[in-house]
Amino acid sequence: MRLTVNGQAQEAAARPGQCLRTLLRELGWFGVKKGCDAGDCGACTVHLDGEPVHSCLLPAFRAQGRAVTTIEGLAGPCPPGGGPPTHVHPMQDAFLNAQGFQCGFCTPGMIMTAAVLDQGQRRDLGTALKGNLCRCTGYRAIRDAVAGAGDAEAPQTCHAPVGRDVRAPASLGVVSGTAPYTLDVAMPGVLHLKVLRSPHAHARIAAIDRAAALAVPGVVAVYTHADVPQRRFSTGRHENPADDAPDTLILDSIVRFVGQRVAAVLAESEAAAEAGVAALVVTYDVRPALLDPDAALRPDAPLVHDPADRASPPPGADAPPLSAHPNLAAEAHGAIGDVEAGFAQAHLVHEAEYVSQRVQHAHLETHGALGWRDAEGRLVVRSSTQVPFLTRDALCALFDLDRAGVRVLCGRVGGGFGGKQEMLTEDLVALAVLRTGRPVRWELTRQEQFTATTTRHPMRVRVKMGAKADGTLTAIQLTVLSDTGAYANHAGGVLHHGCNECIAAYTCPNKRVDGVSVYTNTLPAGAFRGYGLSQTIFAVESALDELARGLGFDPFAMRRRNAVRPGDPMVATSLEPHDVQYGSYGLDQCLDLAQAALAEDSGAPPPGPDWRVGEGMAMAMIDTIPPRGHFAHAHLRLDAEGYALAIGTAEFGNGTSTVHTQIAAQALSTTPDRIRLIQADTDAVAHDTGAYGSTGTVVAGQANFRAATALAQALTQAAAKRMEVDPEACRLSGDVVETPAGPVPLSTLAPLEARAEADGSPRSVAFNVQAFRVAVHPRTGEVRILASIQAVDAGVVINPMQCRGQVEGGVAQALGAALYEDYRFDGAGGVVTQTFRNYHIPACADVPDTRVLFADTYDRVGPLGAKSMSESPYNPVAPALANAIRDATGARLTATPFAPDRIYRQVMAAVAERERSAT
Amino acid sequence: MDLNGVTSVITLGKADALPAWRTGDAWLAGGTWLFSEPQPGLRRLIDVAGLDWPAHALSEAGLTLAATCTIAQLDRLELPPTWIAAPLVGRCCRALLGSFKIWNRATVGGNLCMALPAGPMIALTAALDGVCTILAPGGPERRLAVADFVLGPQRTALRPGEILRSIALPAAALSRRTAFRRISLSPNGRSGALLIGTLDRSGAFDLTVTASTPRPVRIAFPAPPGAEALRGAIAAAIPEAGWYDDVHGAPDWRRHVTGLLAEEIRQELAR
Repeated sequence: MRLTVNGQAQEAAARPGQCLRTLLRELGWFGVKKGCDAGDCGACTVHLDGEPVHSCLLPAFRAQGRAVTTIEGLAGPCPPGGGPPTHVHPMQDAFLNAQGFQCGFCTPGMIMTAAVLDQGQRRDLGTALKGNLCRCTGYRAIRDAVAGAGDAEAPQTCHAPVGRDVRAPASLGVVSGTAPYTLDVAMPGVLHLKVLRSPHAHARIAAIDRAAALAVPGVVAVYTHADVPQRRFSTGRHENPADDAPDTLILDSIVRFVGQRVAAVLAESEAAAEAGVAALVVTYDVRPALLDPDAALRPDAPLVHDPADRASPPPGADAPPLSAHPNLAAEAHGAIGDVEAGFAQAHLVHEAEYVSQRVQHAHLETHGALGWRDAEGRLVVRSSTQVPFLTRDALCALFDLDRAGVRVLCGRVGGGFGGKQEMLTEDLVALAVLRTGRPVRWELTRQEQFTATTTRHPMRVRVKMGAKADGTLTAIQLTVLSDTGAYANHAGGVLHHGCNECIAAYTCPNKRVDGVSVYTNTLPAGAFRGYGLSQTIFAVESALDELARGLGFDPFAMRRRNAVRPGDPMVATSLEPHDVQYGSYGLDQCLDLAQAALAEDSGAPPPGPDWRVGEGMAMAMIDTIPPRGHFAHAHLRLDAEGYALAIGTAEFGNGTSTVHTQIAAQALSTTPDRIRLIQADTDAVAHDTGAYGSTGTVVAGQANFRAATALAQALTQAAAKRMEVDPEACRLSGDVVETPAGPVPLSTLAPLEARAEADGSPRSVAFNVQAFRVAVHPRTGEVRILASIQAVDAGVVINPMQCRGQVEGGVAQALGAALYEDYRFDGAGGVVTQTFRNYHIPACADVPDTRVLFADTYDRVGPLGAKSMSESPYNPVAPALANAIRDATGARLTATPFAPDRIYRQVMAAVAERERSAT
Repeated sequence: MDLNGVTSVITLGKADALPAWRTGDAWLAGGTWLFSEPQPGLRRLIDVAGLDWPAHALSEAGLTLAATCTIAQLDRLELPPTWIAAPLVGRCCRALLGSFKIWNRATVGGNLCMALPAGPMIALTAALDGVCTILAPGGPERRLAVADFVLGPQRTALRPGEILRSIALPAAALSRRTAFRRISLSPNGRSGALLIGTLDRSGAFDLTVTASTPRPVRIAFPAPPGAEALRGAIAAAIPEAGWYDDVHGAPDWRRHVTGLLAEEIRQELAR
């Protein structure tokens, strides 16, 4: 058929069941994104004869003879595969100015939708944009863009850029749809991989008959557990691989959750791979499944990892560690003082169990990888990952390859939130490339994303806290049950981190933690924004609110009385020395800022006269870097083309690319546009632990700052030497070194380079204080947010506009978990919520503007005074909301999400009780 | 998404007869549901867009909507001023979970044939006494009230090979006073309960309950009931186990909010 795309007449053969999105991508229009593949997220929005449509829902053959406009052609006709355009559409320009994106994966669809809105629709964006989901921004920046607000600075004009609202370096590529994400590359001859997934929560695979699958035309290979290295690893990636129990095989003869890989089919097309998967005949010996974490440690519980299934370790190898129960994945125990004595001293004790549910990261770019052999024969994997270096190392270990023989790199990554601190696709892609020698591509579907990747750890946290009549805490006790699912990726890390800063934030002589993380036959939990803290902070901050209420303190005063101050030891349950310092301290400012903002801003009015209005707050502390080493290398080089900065850390919407250009430009007295960034590629630098634990600015930025400072020094010294003047009298200025004897052009000093490292120690602490005013309907259980404020201590804020976006995005994602999101399972361990229409992440209408306030601090640990600010805005949101609902209605909610159907009874009962006691 | 199991498409022209139905066939109208989920059993699409059915027809007898009328076409429709039920149309369009982009493709008939409890076109046409016209290849057409067409979640009275042709809304129903209430777990979420009340000139009061029940429930009163009578009638019409249960609302909450919304409707129409 013939169609016109972006002014180009194109010939295409539409397959009968093909959707337009796939056809357009096959024609090279990679700006059309595949986000949900089900019409829910809008990332694939294009114009069909001027009318906006979700191209994943449109049969491709219906485009015959029609004119299609994609994001690439919004500003005018263009050929496929071109770079960023020379001029942009006004809506693209608006998104540039407002920086209405973070990872940018939703942006093409968002702009294509926004570009056709009429005046009326623009006035009600909650309705107009209900078919466009963004997981990163929290929508404020998008609303600003549509309204034409926002004045981000162009990097070319931004001298001394630290502290300025510089545009992200990829801005033009993102808004024009030309920034290539992981799978936005054409790869001739590529094979497609699909996997068969387990229908059972627990089974042994008795047999796999692959004959019918191999007979499907186009199928090239079928891999089963018989074809993979018998080497166990963890999908969870850490600097030290021993942090995560090696309990996973690429393909296992035992399946431990509904959705686990059973076999992989490799074929010439996705359709053939799908048909091959459907043709596999598998016989299972079904085993009893453990679905309830409460039952995991009972003597008669089904064993998720039965020691009897493991071959005994070969002579000389480590035996698996002995543990109290094979279903125990990790535990954390510790105490200081004597909590019982503390409770005995208390005037008031609050004890309750707080339950945090399983939630999905829901980054709009699903997991995916593309592998091939390069000209030198190396295995290359282009992956949607936060940890390219650790993935490279894991592939080397799995397949017995030298580091020199493997390269892992990222394109632009469409969101992560911790979900991509895992190796979930690269192992199978690598196996297939190594076996066939051909390029291999594997893109997870949204359904697989929900059923077979990772989630936040569901946790039950029993908290007991006591305080004296003057508000002083006397004892804190946490008893934690964390459900790690079928595999132990991040089980220990999340449990230990979750039980640390939430109580280290408070000075209290008596603390005790008893936590366990258990295996169940459900999909694995993994790293998720906050890394355990969102669940425990929900418990601790709710409990503190109850104590404050019971003792007659305002909740801000309660925190001021008990929170740590510089000089106080930061202690959870261990008195061992550690490397966390008060590099700066802005909690006091955050409390003051949030309280003042809440008092002065009454926010929106309640929706109706009978809605109950209340206020609440919560705080969160976080270490700025994960413990025990987090490494980054930076390599800055001045060559004929200018500065090139090579850095390992990945950009997945966290904004670190912008920050890196700002840091280097600041140190080199130039503008950020002069820094060419080479990033997230194992070829770029020696090592980088990865973009997790909120380290993109504080660790990689530190290495960058050191390299840039060293290069600046080398340049002034070289110029001084040439001009025979005192280096102290010379200074860098743009493209020259100014010397008393006249300027020396940098081009005459090239090439010159500097390398530096950072090891992630010592560490500092960052703070977040969230406050809400809410309205609650006393009979339906509906909750509306009237005002949202978050005060944050991020040290020196290198890019305020971006940092504000990180905070807003964290609040929005946390509101999703606090109000809507939940996994539902059928009785047999299968995930019911497999689409965005059944797993509701916040849409534009669901997220209010959050007023973001910055404390004024300078951190002596972080680069240029900066601290981390990417995970932590998520952490205080659920308890702040619960505390506001408590204030409004009297109901103490102890389980998220606070959805109307789950809370209305408790709200009605509490409101009735209040009315009774008022009369 | 790509429906890779589909191996052929029949595109019908204006004058074409409906083809003989085979296992693995599906009628393709807007495609907004068909292409939104894996369809493992599907082999052939029969595209009915080319039949070119006029989207709507107005007469003194009432309004007839082709099954292929899009939500956007319906929303743009100007109705005579005497049809005071008209505001229901816009409210039901807005109750659709899909955005205005989906409105451009999704059809009224598709919404009925999906038979989801929260289908707002089901609510609209059930509340306004809609009557479905059903065609079968080579067979006679038949008519069925919307309330009898939708049998349960994703279950309709369509037999294999049958296709929904149109929905007729009588002028009498369009001339009634109406009240609309809807609630969902998030502000623009899928309806957890969607209720429509109508009051005709004789004083007859009809309540249509959707979204909170697996299929529409119509409760008729010769005159506006009191609060107690309304409560009793809802309890009588919808048994304890008759409340819908899915991720968009727990059944006890749906029952509870249905009672609240019904009472609001009763009060509004009593004014």
